[in-house]
Amino acid sequence: MLHGPAVEIGKDHSIPKKTKLGIIMFACYMLVYAGFVFIGMSFPQAMGNRIIFGLNLAFLYGMGLIILAAVMGLIYNHFCTRYENELNRREPS
Amino acid sequence: MIYQVSATAIVIFLIFVFSVLGLSFYFARKAKSASGYYAAGGQIHWAVNGIAFAGDYLSAASFLGICGMIAFYGFDGFLYSIGYLAGWVVALFVVAEPLKRMGKYTFADALDSKFNSRGIKLTAAISTLVVSIFYLIPQMVGAGALVTPLLGLPHWVGVLIVGSVVILIVATAGMTSTTYVQFIKGALLICFSLAVVVFLLNRGLKRTPSEDYHRFVTMPVTVANGEVTAVADSSFRVTGQHREKDLTFVKLEKNGIGSWWKLNADAAAPFLEEALSVVVQKDGMALYNGEPKEARRFFQVGHLNKIIVDGKEVEATGAVGPFEFIRRIEDSEIVRFAKSVFTYQDASVTLYHQVVTPGKEIMKPGLYYKLDKGSSFWSRLDFLSLMLALFLGTSALPHILIRYYTVPSQRAARKSTIVAIVAIGFFYILTLYMGTGAMISGCLDVQDSNMSAPLLAKTFGVTLFSIISAIAFATILGTVSGLIVAASGAVAHDLMDKYMKIEMTDHAKVRAGRLAAVAVGLVAIILGIIFEGQNVNFLVGLAFAIAASANLPAILMLLFWKRTTARGISWAISVGMAASLLIILLSPTMFEIYGLSPAAAPIPLRNPGIISIPLGFLTLIIASLLTKKKSPEKA
Repeated sequence: MLHGPAVEIGKDHSIPKKTKLGIIMFACYMLVYAGFVFIGMSFPQAMGNRIIFGLNLAFLYGMGLIILAAVMGLIYNHFCTRYENELNRREPS
Repeated sequence: MIYQVSATAIVIFLIFVFSVLGLSFYFARKAKSASGYYAAGGQIHWAVNGIAFAGDYLSAASFLGICGMIAFYGFDGFLYSIGYLAGWVVALFVVAEPLKRMGKYTFADALDSKFNSRGIKLTAAISTLVVSIFYLIPQMVGAGALVTPLLGLPHWVGVLIVGSVVILIVATAGMTSTTYVQFIKGALLICFSLAVVVFLLNRGLKRTPSEDYHRFVTMPVTVANGEVTAVADSSFRVTGQHREKDLTFVKLEKNGIGSWWKLNADAAAPFLEEALSVVVQKDGMALYNGEPKEARRFFQVGHLNKIIVDGKEVEATGAVGPFEFIRRIEDSEIVRFAKSVFTYQDASVTLYHQVVTPGKEIMKPGLYYKLDKGSSFWSRLDFLSLMLALFLGTSALPHILIRYYTVPSQRAARKSTIVAIVAIGFFYILTLYMGTGAMISGCLDVQDSNMSAPLLAKTFGVTLFSIISAIAFATILGTVSGLIVAASGAVAHDLMDKYMKIEMTDHAKVRAGRLAAVAVGLVAIILGIIFEGQNVNFLVGLAFAIAASANLPAILMLLFWKRTTARGISWAISVGMAASLLIILLSPTMFEIYGLSPAAAPIPLRNPGIISIPLGFLTLIIASLLTKKKSPEKA
């Protein structure tokens, strides 16, 4: 017996576009995250350098990663909703 | 530490717990079918589900563990906040919607949706159980830590209370009640944490945290050939001395009461610095700063050595803004308490001695994960391993994944993830303030980092402390409920129903799930008692590493690599899980728990992810390539 979803989900024509967008945005975020880890590992002293408003790189980069995740999430949702509305007019998901 | 128990705290705590129970029983009436029990009928609103996600995710690890780790090790604790939140990006961009399309009730359903393989059912169910239990341990430890200051009860009683209440909740209600409990609790946790941070910023930085804060004294001494021969205060006499690595500790006695001090011999005029001590004597009796626990001579600590504002030393800053708070901490000097353990004259001595740390060291990584001074290849690899596991672990946690099945559509799954990211991200920003705030507010319990955030709240009054602690307790109740639902789903749905093919009616499936919940709950209670005193955040980091090693290669490759086979998935889960468990069991942390020297651990990594995650991917690729022709569809 194959397992179906908990609720019936209609045909979604926007899946390929959403998947592509998701992977691109994931790759972008991963690069920024990897930059944080790389600096932490290779140039730990640089994390203590003050960059702007008297705040150091570790604080700004760390907070930036948290805020960036939320901002990218909102952008992703905006485009996915647009794709769904455009491509599923006859068969809404 | 002995805490003052307050009637207000007990009343507020009981109101919260009974409200949670009442809510659970109310929603229990809606959970008559398997779909209702495991997936809340797939009809939860995305906004509610998003905050419930936050409620699930902001477990004891986030509130108690991260804040505690920041309070003890500064920015290194905040790395967990960054990594945990970044993990949601993987969940949102890569996993959320496809998983929603594939699954039914459990993570195993999703993995198995293409193959109908018994191997996948078995390994995915076992992996769900293992990850859930590893995630349950820190929740239980957190519960035990909370009840001690709140209700004056020992650790094991706290674990037992949480275990029993949760078993009652889950065994009667299921996913609907868990969702609403998490929703309310998640929202309350964020609101009240914000309140604590607002109070903290309003108070600003003060060199003396409170009127009744213990004033740590120093005492000039005479040193000859590295030995303390005389102390300035003649009412003390030197009764012993012990060298531990490059530190020298001196035992003094006054009126028959012993105390331990740290020698600062390098200063122009050598002096002793008061330390906190726990001495367990041969007969098992424990002395706290030379006296029984009940004498209350074991103080809460954490203070600033110097506050620098515009180059000048000041006693207090007054109210500060969020950025100014961080800048002032960076400019100042903070007194942390380092731990040294040794044996002296057949007694086990644990000392907590002062270490003056510049604020700029506190506000960058390196105090816990050695990256700069004193670092090694392994310590840097450990940091990389942690960050990798945190990034990849979130989207592989079964109790998080099952929440995607509680909403009606892919769009709702996506939107609820975004609500979760915003809510969780906001909370994680607050953790940095709560952690550093606890570090300088004279409220730390040196024996248990987990209580730092609630104890910080206590510095603003018993009412706030009681509410925060009750929410933290409800947090644990909710998270444990979610984990037990996930684990019971693995046993009753994946193993009994799908793998063993035991014929069950819908009603019998729910009953089996509830019985499994009781069994998993009992295991969690026992483990929660065994792991007392461990930082809950660190333990959750291990659960993330196991999830990322066992589950993530299977999820990602199933979604994005067409040549993935059923055997590839089941082998990847098995190898990823076994490798991560093995590395954990042979790690320095576990050697400490075994009572052995951490240096003797054969694998010097505290976090297994850097080895076990790539190994999981590699296994899947090799096994899939080897089994492609033999079994294109079935394992």
